[in-house]
Amino acid sequence: MALARPIGILLAKELRTEFRTRELVATTLVFVLIVLVLFSFTFDPTAVESRRFGPGLLWLALLFAGSLMLHPSFTREQSNETLMALRMAPIEPVAIVTAKILANFCFLAVAEVILLPVFAVLYNLKLWPVVGRLSAVLILGTLGLCIVGTVFAAISSQARMRELLLPLLLLPLLAPALIASAEATAGLLEDPPALSTVWIGVLATFDTIFLTVTWLFGEYLLEE
Amino acid sequence: MQFDKRYGARFAARDISLSIAPGECVALIGHNGSGKTTLLKAAALLIRPSAGRVQFSNVGANGAGENSLAIKRYIGFVSHSTLLYDELTAEENLVLFARLYGLDSAEECARAALDPAGLASRGNDLVRNFSRGMRQRLTIARALIAAPKLLLLDEPSTGLDRAGHQWLGAALASVAATGCTVMMSTHGASEVNAIVTRAVRLLSGSIVEDSASSGSPRAMLAAALAAHQEA
Repeated sequence: MALARPIGILLAKELRTEFRTRELVATTLVFVLIVLVLFSFTFDPTAVESRRFGPGLLWLALLFAGSLMLHPSFTREQSNETLMALRMAPIEPVAIVTAKILANFCFLAVAEVILLPVFAVLYNLKLWPVVGRLSAVLILGTLGLCIVGTVFAAISSQARMRELLLPLLLLPLLAPALIASAEATAGLLEDPPALSTVWIGVLATFDTIFLTVTWLFGEYLLEE
Repeated sequence: MQFDKRYGARFAARDISLSIAPGECVALIGHNGSGKTTLLKAAALLIRPSAGRVQFSNVGANGAGENSLAIKRYIGFVSHSTLLYDELTAEENLVLFARLYGLDSAEECARAALDPAGLASRGNDLVRNFSRGMRQRLTIARALIAAPKLLLLDEPSTGLDRAGHQWLGAALASVAATGCTVMMSTHGASEVNAIVTRAVRLLSGSIVEDSASSGSPRAMLAAALAAHQEA
């Protein structure tokens, strides 16, 4: 409970700031749409190929968009050193990181809600019958992306070449989550659709491990 | 406080040994890069000493943990930067920090803090539309919102005009009158120096002169001002 209050306060601040600027959601959405449209026109997939390659393309696009979106989450605190003000406050440092993770999750989730219908149309996929189970995969996959991405955005924000460093750190580490998300999504597009408990388990384990590591070492992430 | 701070092989602070009594107002003077900001950040628990420790009334607080959180509640800090969110209004910035400091009725506290800073009529304006001087007033109002017992100021008169200097001097005088301990870096030329009871001069990360052991704070501040104007 001691953590919930500052997390709520900081999450509200993140959402309010984004609502005013609309920088992160707008750029992420545009980027993912461009990638999916380009993939669609480049490969011109048939219905079978869409079911086979669509999930991988979707998650790759989300991964690239995530690495683009996560980068400013800490660097935009640097212009007025507002992160220093948050570190000065009598709150656990992990509350700052957790609020950022939840905010990034919200931003990416909004982009996904808009993106999915476009993805279904472009790749001629029937997502509506599996939307509930697909939501579960998206939630777990997006959470994994946001946990790892936010942590590494915090680490790389103090480094030189930070724009290049984040994707270099992020992409290899997220490979298990990417594979599990793509495989679980592919199972939902088969006939009949099936939600793989194995891949869902992998995603849940991935999220739990990185959330625990973040909770244990969160205080060191924000130190100068 | 008794500590060293090293970044790689370079010492930002070396053999710092400073004991400050409650209610003292200490001016840190010295050239750029002399270690004033490092000392203030260490006192604010923003940096972890490489050796030694910062201690508050017998409570050690070098890192995170229960002690640090309890101590942070009573520290106000004004940095070179504004520490404000440009995309939030002045009132929203103050409400945010009032809530993080666990104040009851944060909105009322924020409105009450805007008034003495002369920003009551601009509370609903975004900070990005403020002038440098207005931002600095808001920065100081933010640092004072939780009624700190230790106020740390890194060149607080930056960006303030003549009236702003006078406002800051009066604000700090009223804070000092409550028994709040104040430590600030200064170049010597400001109304805020009126409240100074002790001056400490730093050079290359070390304390080289302390008015508590020799000399007067006024003379040290005058010398610092002369040196600053020469530079």
